[in-house]
Amino acid sequence: MEHKLYVNSSPHIKDVAKTSNIMFDVIIALIPATIISIYLYSYMAAIIIGVTVLSSVLFETLYNLLTKQKQTVGDFSAVVTGLLLALTLPPAASSIWLGVVGSLVAIIIVKMIFGGLGQNIFNPAIAARVFLTVAFSSQMTTWLSPGADAISTATPLALASNGIVTSNIDLFLGNIPGCIGETSALALLLGFGWLLIRKVIKLDITLTYLLTVVVFSFIIGADPLFHLLSGGLLLGAIFMATDYSTSPMTRNGKIIFGFGLGIITMSIRVYGNLPEGVSFAILFMNVLVPLIDRYTIPKSFGGVKKKNA
Amino acid sequence: MKQYKYFRGGVKAPHYKNTENVETTVMPIPDLIEIPMLHHIGAPCDPLVKPGDEILVGQKIGDSDKYISAPVHTGVSGKVKKINNVLFPNGETVKSVLIESDKKQELHPSIKPPVINSKKDFIAAIRESGLVGLGGAGFPTHVKLNPPEGIKIEYLLINGAECEPYITSDYRESIENSWNIISGINIIMEYLEIDKVIIGIEDNKPKAVEVLTGIAKTSDKIDIMPLKSKYPQGAEKMLIYSLTGKVVPAGKLPLDVGVIVLNVASVAFIASYIKTGMPLTKKRITIDGGAVKQPANIEVFVGTYIKEAISFAGGFKEVPKKILMGGPMMGVSQFNLDSPILKQNNAILAFNEKQSKMPEQTACIKCGRCVSVCPMNLMPVYFDIFNESGDADQLSKLDVLSCIECGSCSFVCPASRYLVQSIRNGKLLVRARGSK
Repeated sequence: MEHKLYVNSSPHIKDVAKTSNIMFDVIIALIPATIISIYLYSYMAAIIIGVTVLSSVLFETLYNLLTKQKQTVGDFSAVVTGLLLALTLPPAASSIWLGVVGSLVAIIIVKMIFGGLGQNIFNPAIAARVFLTVAFSSQMTTWLSPGADAISTATPLALASNGIVTSNIDLFLGNIPGCIGETSALALLLGFGWLLIRKVIKLDITLTYLLTVVVFSFIIGADPLFHLLSGGLLLGAIFMATDYSTSPMTRNGKIIFGFGLGIITMSIRVYGNLPEGVSFAILFMNVLVPLIDRYTIPKSFGGVKKKNA
Repeated sequence: MKQYKYFRGGVKAPHYKNTENVETTVMPIPDLIEIPMLHHIGAPCDPLVKPGDEILVGQKIGDSDKYISAPVHTGVSGKVKKINNVLFPNGETVKSVLIESDKKQELHPSIKPPVINSKKDFIAAIRESGLVGLGGAGFPTHVKLNPPEGIKIEYLLINGAECEPYITSDYRESIENSWNIISGINIIMEYLEIDKVIIGIEDNKPKAVEVLTGIAKTSDKIDIMPLKSKYPQGAEKMLIYSLTGKVVPAGKLPLDVGVIVLNVASVAFIASYIKTGMPLTKKRITIDGGAVKQPANIEVFVGTYIKEAISFAGGFKEVPKKILMGGPMMGVSQFNLDSPILKQNNAILAFNEKQSKMPEQTACIKCGRCVSVCPMNLMPVYFDIFNESGDADQLSKLDVLSCIECGSCSFVCPASRYLVQSIRNGKLLVRARGSK
């Protein structure tokens, strides 16, 4: 035989989609939020983001080196995790080392030990944030109002529980105290648009989540817009609840997931002691994902009965 | 006429239809052809000739007494050199007849238009013609045309969707041989007493739609339905759904819902067979791919070697690294260039190095793309997992056997998982375990 031929199972062409491209799209989608955070909190935000992203990448690289596994850092998922984690930290100097500790938890404990990308049960950034909130609660709640003369203050949700109202316009633009990247709804929605255009995510989870929050607010007589725009809801609903590994794969599953997130978030916000429910809601629903996936397996085309895996 | 329904899932495959305006050229008779005894789904034939026999054009050289099988004929006259064995890409060894052609092309005396007085005669004639589904699967046509007792055939559907990239042989058939397509349809309608015919063609082939619409005007029973260009529009179950809204139940045949689906090339052949009695010995195929110099549509004798067909079309411009029989989504990659062309082949693609190498698999990120594109509404991601753990029970519960292997899941997978390979292996696991 004159030529050696490749022989493999069909198909023999591939779409351009690659894991690294998808992660890259998520990074692009986070750029508006990153820019606004740097605009609002200047170099402090830049340092926190830089340090957190770098340490996430470093931890994944080191883990793969030490455990003698194939280097996976090229898929950019560690960058996404680091960036997301950084955007959920308060704009204070203490966040620099919080970012390093958080990255260690997110990458090593939440992601790599479970088998790396795709195998983790919890969203790494959310799990790390919850760890930091519990372990370093005072540092994690050092809020500053945006601007050059940043002063210590409380977040709109915390203010609201004391009866102080923040304007929705300020909420929308991000001119409010909060984590560095979660305050500007406008920036986050721009990112959402990008993810939808690039078909990285579908509407299902985010839309159900937000709608549930709106309906819940109506029922209890609260301002839905305030609840939509405050806290980490948009950042969580757009970027974290839609994390592939830790959200259901079927359409029905996604809708159940989004509904559960909305209910838990609002329950914590309204009836709980914590001002912020998004992180805990996502963490809790993450646990249910295998179960949701299992019970939402659709009937095959022409198939007869519903089956469970 | 508007498309009736839209099937779920599917992918936007690239078209690469480089040959759509390339008229078919007829390849001259090769010196040597090798005709395998198996072109179809079903039992292989036994050779009816032995080395040294002089054979004539159209002579039957292989047959089987099994129901699901179709006889094999020679398209060239000459001498049987030997009974050979060919290795098929699935690892099966099949007998073949190696023929040295004498180029005289003298017709065998049995070649005359079949006498048909009844439906039974018609189906027997189709069997004798050696026709198998020319769309690619190669299911013996006489079996498809013969409904079990008590089933009334409501629709005859003609498949001209041609959703695979590169391939244009059905498109060329629709344009160059349109009168035979319509007369084939009329013949089948008459003998099988069917009154509704729909021809489905993807809407990216407006010329074929136009030509066939023009001719179909002669009958008010024939409709042409342009279909949304979406892979796998031409898959049988998807096509039936798109054209009629009927769903073929898992494990059943189109006949069970009163539908017969035939490829455009198959119906055109039926017309010419009824007219001349010349069995299936030639095939229109597309030659394309990054390694060939001149993409083309050519008419070849069944049994022509791949390398000769390609060299007739213009040869290689690069070293071929992968040879496909069929399109890139479902085609079968060949071990070498010496495989003979089969009845149901509609394309030979020769890929260069860059096209041939599939990316390495990386970890599944559970993005669910495979789930959302699956036209059969299955969960390929689980097939991959349970195939790796060898769990036949779960594979069977998740209905792995319903997979049509269209390749949409592997096509979109960002981690480049070899999902179709896992599924094929998974099906073997389920079959080996036996049905429960």
